[in-house]
Amino acid sequence: MANTAGAGNQPKPSSSVKLVLLGEAAVGKSSLVLRFVNNDFQENKEPTIGAAFLTQKCNLPNRTIKFEIWDTAGQERFASLAPMYYRNAQSALVVYDLTKPSSLTKAKHWVAELQRQASPGIVIALVGNKLDLTNPSSSTGDATSAISGEEDGAEGTGNVEEGDEADARKISTAEAKAYAEEESLLFFETSAKTGANVSEVFTAIANAIPETSLRGARGAASDAATQAALGGRRGDDSRVNLTGPRAEVGAKEGCAC
Amino acid sequence: MADTANIDTAETAEGISTKDFDKRAGSEHSESGTREVPIASLQSRESSPPPLPARPRQLSRPDRSPFGSYSRPSSAGGPRLASRATTAVSRADIQTKSYGDERPGGHLLPGSRGVSRQQSFSNLGRFVSNSKSDGGDSASIRSYIPTLEASGDVESLLGEVLSDYASPAWKKLDACALEQAGYFHDVTYEVDVLNDIFEREFDELEPSRPDGSNEEALMAQFRSKLKHFLILSSAGKPIYSRHGDDQLVTNYIGVVQTIISFYQGAKDGLKGFTAGDVRFVIMSKGPLNLVAISQLGESDAQLRAQLEALYMQILSTLTLPNMERMFSNRPSIDLRRPLQGTETLLSALADGFTRGSPSSLLSALECLRLRKTHRQVINNSMLKVRSQNLLYGLIVAGGKLVSVIRPKKHSLHPGDLELIFNMLFEAEGIKAGGGENWIPICLPGFNNTGFLYMYVSFLSATQPNHEVVERPSSRDEREEEIAILFISPNKEGFFELRQMKDDLVEQLQENGGMQSIRSAVVKGRPSCVDIAPGTVARHFLYKSKGNVQFAMPSYEPNFNTTLSRRRLLSLYHILHASVHVKNAHLKVQHCISRDSISLAWITPMFELFCVADPSASRNALAQAANKIIQWIRREEERVFIIGGAVF
Repeated sequence: MANTAGAGNQPKPSSSVKLVLLGEAAVGKSSLVLRFVNNDFQENKEPTIGAAFLTQKCNLPNRTIKFEIWDTAGQERFASLAPMYYRNAQSALVVYDLTKPSSLTKAKHWVAELQRQASPGIVIALVGNKLDLTNPSSSTGDATSAISGEEDGAEGTGNVEEGDEADARKISTAEAKAYAEEESLLFFETSAKTGANVSEVFTAIANAIPETSLRGARGAASDAATQAALGGRRGDDSRVNLTGPRAEVGAKEGCAC
Repeated sequence: MADTANIDTAETAEGISTKDFDKRAGSEHSESGTREVPIASLQSRESSPPPLPARPRQLSRPDRSPFGSYSRPSSAGGPRLASRATTAVSRADIQTKSYGDERPGGHLLPGSRGVSRQQSFSNLGRFVSNSKSDGGDSASIRSYIPTLEASGDVESLLGEVLSDYASPAWKKLDACALEQAGYFHDVTYEVDVLNDIFEREFDELEPSRPDGSNEEALMAQFRSKLKHFLILSSAGKPIYSRHGDDQLVTNYIGVVQTIISFYQGAKDGLKGFTAGDVRFVIMSKGPLNLVAISQLGESDAQLRAQLEALYMQILSTLTLPNMERMFSNRPSIDLRRPLQGTETLLSALADGFTRGSPSSLLSALECLRLRKTHRQVINNSMLKVRSQNLLYGLIVAGGKLVSVIRPKKHSLHPGDLELIFNMLFEAEGIKAGGGENWIPICLPGFNNTGFLYMYVSFLSATQPNHEVVERPSSRDEREEEIAILFISPNKEGFFELRQMKDDLVEQLQENGGMQSIRSAVVKGRPSCVDIAPGTVARHFLYKSKGNVQFAMPSYEPNFNTTLSRRRLLSLYHILHASVHVKNAHLKVQHCISRDSISLAWITPMFELFCVADPSASRNALAQAANKIIQWIRREEERVFIIGGAVF
């Protein structure tokens, strides 16, 4: 437990946070997780089937957050299973590919679904991935993305036909950021390939999780929390541990930007 | 000499030019081993061999030949020598010609080539071998062997065998590599050219450029592939193609669809056809048409089994009722969308077939060799921690089954396990992702109407520390990874099964089960020599019919490359095909070629396929087979899971 958390002299309080990744196929959800968990990257990663469950700790100055991550498959046919994964989640990463306009549309659908169906206090981060395929200067440019044609989703991250210097960005930072602010989402542009901004996303989420919602889930008691969550999962009663987050909606919105 | 004359008549009757004939003679020189039968008959029983226009080129031909038995020592050597002499000279330019000429010609276009000879492998399934192995002549056959070896025109042993079996692809491969060492004798050789061609088989084609500038190059690559699989809907929509993107395959899909629907219109579904050197096998399954296109010389039945597996993979993604509903709602539906993301699984299966897989050939599973008591310990641990909603619990190490628990009334379908193993060990999706997985999967052999949920966790087999729960970081440890699979009908069962896995791992750590799995994995398969010291056998496959499981020795040290394994597997395919012909009542079949001797032995209990050096005598091979059977008997409870643990 404490092997990576042992930076401080006395054990910091530690708590579990459930996080779910959603987004269109081939936007790089698994690659983001792989970068966060193993600090590794695989070119042309094969699509996830079903969902993968991973854990990783995140050290904050005054506490340790243990992420329990559900990395879901983006294909349409798995969409019906998604509620199972976001039901008790305290946080969600909605990922789009900033070289692919259709993926932002899909991301917006996920955000809407989460706001409608998930725990009321859920912390949502909107993440535009594949920053490595863009030209740094373009991120400042205003809504340049009038491209409507949908590219065919080649599986694996970052296979855009243009050369290295070419800018494959189709969704401007401003556009996505405006949307994120409107919906009170955390917003980042990342590259799982270079690692840019990846840990920042998870740290920001960890910071945005209201401390009160973690109460009772620290130290040895975390097992009990898992059990409670487990019970909720089994029994379809998603109200079990939702009271905390609901009370803290305001706090969450406070850190969202 | 009579042999070549014979070919001559046959070929010119087909209107083949002299150049073609030269080429043929060159590439076929190895077939002389098979061609001797008519001559033999010429000398003895039959008055004259009719110049059959479509004479298959395969070793088993003698067996099914109406003219006589292959086991005629007098015929075994003479013609062989004759053809050797006539062809050896012209080989060098022949190979360049045949290679250079044939490639761009394309094998997929019927009629585009001057030569269109009947494929023999299609015949494999249709002829009954009427010659049992009546031994006793090994001595005389052997007597020719030194001569052959001394002649200096050495070819790859199994390559020869394969060309005997008329697999044009192999012939092509052989033609490029004259300077080969004997296959079994010098196993260290690596013929780069050959390997290159075979390895390139699995390379992906680059995407078509919109302006079509690379179309020709792509087409050449596409045609050079030895094996294709196409899946299309009955409305003619492409669903899957192993090679090439839409732009490239559209034409072919159109042609194939036209041919299929022509016959369907006549209420007489097309099962397969041959075009040039290529065998097409077609399987219609409800709204889907599946097509296998192969130059590797498998039998129709074997190709059909491969298509069946691809079909099962599609069902396992969609379930049968789902798929049927999609098609009845909209017959022109593009199934690629619902199947998105499973192309890698289909391709992994397809490449497995191209590479050659004993498991799919025999429709059987391989188990990790483990002491009976050790297996019991593992079984019992799993039963002990079994959770409420478990349907099947499996431990798999490097694609070999270690232990399985199941309900009394349900057994596991090997086809289902093949799909699971393919997903876990061949496709990289799950392993590379890390973590634990929760996968909805339909097991069509179990029930093709609904989904089950599969919990998968990989452990490292090589690091005997306590960090087994963590995933190994390296990605090339396929052989040494232990997968724990729990299958449950409960969609929400992940955490329950995860708990079960933790309990199981703890148990296995305590009672040494993990240690015994690890050491068995590290030990690997025994070699032939370990199994029967001094044996002539180089490799074998033993299938226990009752257990639907098979056992085999390690490929090393005799079969170290992908190519050599493919050749071995092709030989097994041929043996398997010839003893599994519908009306075959074969018990034992010996095949002798210049390059290997092999044996197929079928009983109600088991099937044994065994390969040895050509210099080995038939008796020695028979003895080796007996030794193997004895070993299996002795080790039965180690190499096979008998019954498995039920609850």
